[in-house]
Amino acid sequence: MKPVLAVEDLTVTIDTRRGPARAVAGVDWAVRPGETLALVGESGSGKSMSVLAATGLAPRTARVSGRIHLLDTELTGLPEQRRRRLRGRHVGFVFQDPMTSLNPVLTVGRQVVEAAQEHLGLTRRAARSRAVELLDLVGIPSAGQRVDAYPHQFSGGMRQRVVIAMALACEPDLLIADEPTTALDVTTQAQIVELVADLQRRLGTAVVWITHDLGVVAGIADTVAVMYAGRILEQGPVDAVFGAPSHPYTRALLAARPDPAAGDADLVTIAGAPPSPLDLPPGCAFWPRCPVRGDARCEHEMPPLVPVSAGHQVRTFYPQATDRRD
Amino acid sequence: MARFVIRRLLQSAVVLLGVTLVVFLLLQLVPGDPVRVALGTRFDPQTYEALRARAGLDQPLVVQYFDYLRRALTGDLGVSFRSGRPVTAIVLERLPATLSLAVTAVLFAVVIAFPLGIVSAIRSGSLVDHAARVFSQFGVSVPDFWMGIMAILLFSGVLGWLPPSGYVALTEDPGRWASHVALPAATVGLVTASILTRFVRSSMLEVLSEDYVRTAEAKGLRTRVVVLRHVLRNALIPVVTVVAVQLASLLGGVIVIEVLFAWPGIGRLTYDAVAARDYPVLQGAVLLVAALFLLVNLVVDILYARLDPRITVK
Repeated sequence: MKPVLAVEDLTVTIDTRRGPARAVAGVDWAVRPGETLALVGESGSGKSMSVLAATGLAPRTARVSGRIHLLDTELTGLPEQRRRRLRGRHVGFVFQDPMTSLNPVLTVGRQVVEAAQEHLGLTRRAARSRAVELLDLVGIPSAGQRVDAYPHQFSGGMRQRVVIAMALACEPDLLIADEPTTALDVTTQAQIVELVADLQRRLGTAVVWITHDLGVVAGIADTVAVMYAGRILEQGPVDAVFGAPSHPYTRALLAARPDPAAGDADLVTIAGAPPSPLDLPPGCAFWPRCPVRGDARCEHEMPPLVPVSAGHQVRTFYPQATDRRD
Repeated sequence: MARFVIRRLLQSAVVLLGVTLVVFLLLQLVPGDPVRVALGTRFDPQTYEALRARAGLDQPLVVQYFDYLRRALTGDLGVSFRSGRPVTAIVLERLPATLSLAVTAVLFAVVIAFPLGIVSAIRSGSLVDHAARVFSQFGVSVPDFWMGIMAILLFSGVLGWLPPSGYVALTEDPGRWASHVALPAATVGLVTASILTRFVRSSMLEVLSEDYVRTAEAKGLRTRVVVLRHVLRNALIPVVTVVAVQLASLLGGVIVIEVLFAWPGIGRLTYDAVAARDYPVLQGAVLLVAALFLLVNLVVDILYARLDPRITVK
């Protein structure tokens, strides 16, 4: 099946006062209808930026290159007006913090159907009933009354439901969920994950789920791309990547998951910090923190992305190596 | 809403009471004898004592104050030492001129500052933005009386388009009213516009970086819709306060400009009353200004609740 959204060699450079920062450096990924692609990585790994750049929402100071296909259209080089229409009509967004991603002075109903009014030309009356329908769809009780309420009258979890309803207003082909559960408490997180998974099953929407919660990835994703310092270090079907993690970084991430059974045992961490995007090393960006540390080649040469099994690729010179424990 | 307004009006009454007390006490501290000044060269002891008694100045302070308050409640603010006319009438007849100038100046400022501040924020770093910042720097730093003199020289001296000074009531002749109010209002308005442009710009910039603006952009809305529906409405909330403070301070009279343009407003009245030690007029003028200030604040609070649903007036 043709992908809904695919990027090839996507690079994003942000001009800062201290020089150009390469936030995303030659990334390829694709998401097919009905599938969920999870982008995982630490803060600043470029996972959000790659998606924002692909959909034309990167900050103005960002320079984007590479090829971006949305459905049948090549987005790079397209005038902003056309990109804007395609984005609003075919892509829905759910952002991280529902406390700040809704406009405080407009009613939720108005915000929910705004995109549909813009792109599908709904009349005022149709818009209102559509708003109620959408709020109902995401499980907001007595949607008929709540449609005229303002965001501050909702709890965090309910607001995130509103944001999801908003994202689905035009029945998009793709839903982008940018850490949609990070700002919520644990029980609400589970409800939101379940809601999105359920809506995806019913509507057949493709989902790009940006997260650093590997538990969520294991539960809902079909494919996963692990990002570090603007590059993909490992990607493939979620079972393959999680079942046989081939990059030392992926293994470290999986090992760093808190284990409820371990009780009060110390959390496992990855020593060190990611490199600054202003000053990336010539070789593997993970090399300084890497538990394998093959040889000088790792320090000076960027390893290519190589296949290890069907659809499973990894960016390392030593896919079969075992981690040193020292 | 009605209960909110009533409660606020009662609070305002308490504040006004405080204003009368403070003004009354301050006037006691001012050196100089108003009756002596009023008599000038016609001074003789008998007339002096008679006048003092008529004005109640021979009574103890407490008696004087409560006497003043009691009459003020019936709308009688006393009699001018200088002209012998009722203060209430003197103060109220200055109100139209002051309102004309203040409201026109603020409208002028809003018309300039809003588009300039909005464009400046959206295209921050552009040529328009730099021009706007130079303009507002200029407006804030150049003294208004100098700007007023230059405006008179240019528009009535060299070009002869507008009268250099004077006031015509709106009800008398709207055309001539407009030509007279143009220069002083533009002079005062330019300063206000400079201040306001900065506030609009910074408020817009702040809102532009909000998450919900990105949400609006993600919906694929047109830039105009994003700016007007999502950014401006939120950016306006703090700006409303600044507009109100500016309006209120202009209602208090712009003394230098009113003197320069021979504008018969509250500012000139206050200035003349101070010079002549005409205490009743001064008290009346201050009281009116305080009342206007409170009224503007009440309107702002109601406006706030209209603009921001998170605020409820109860």
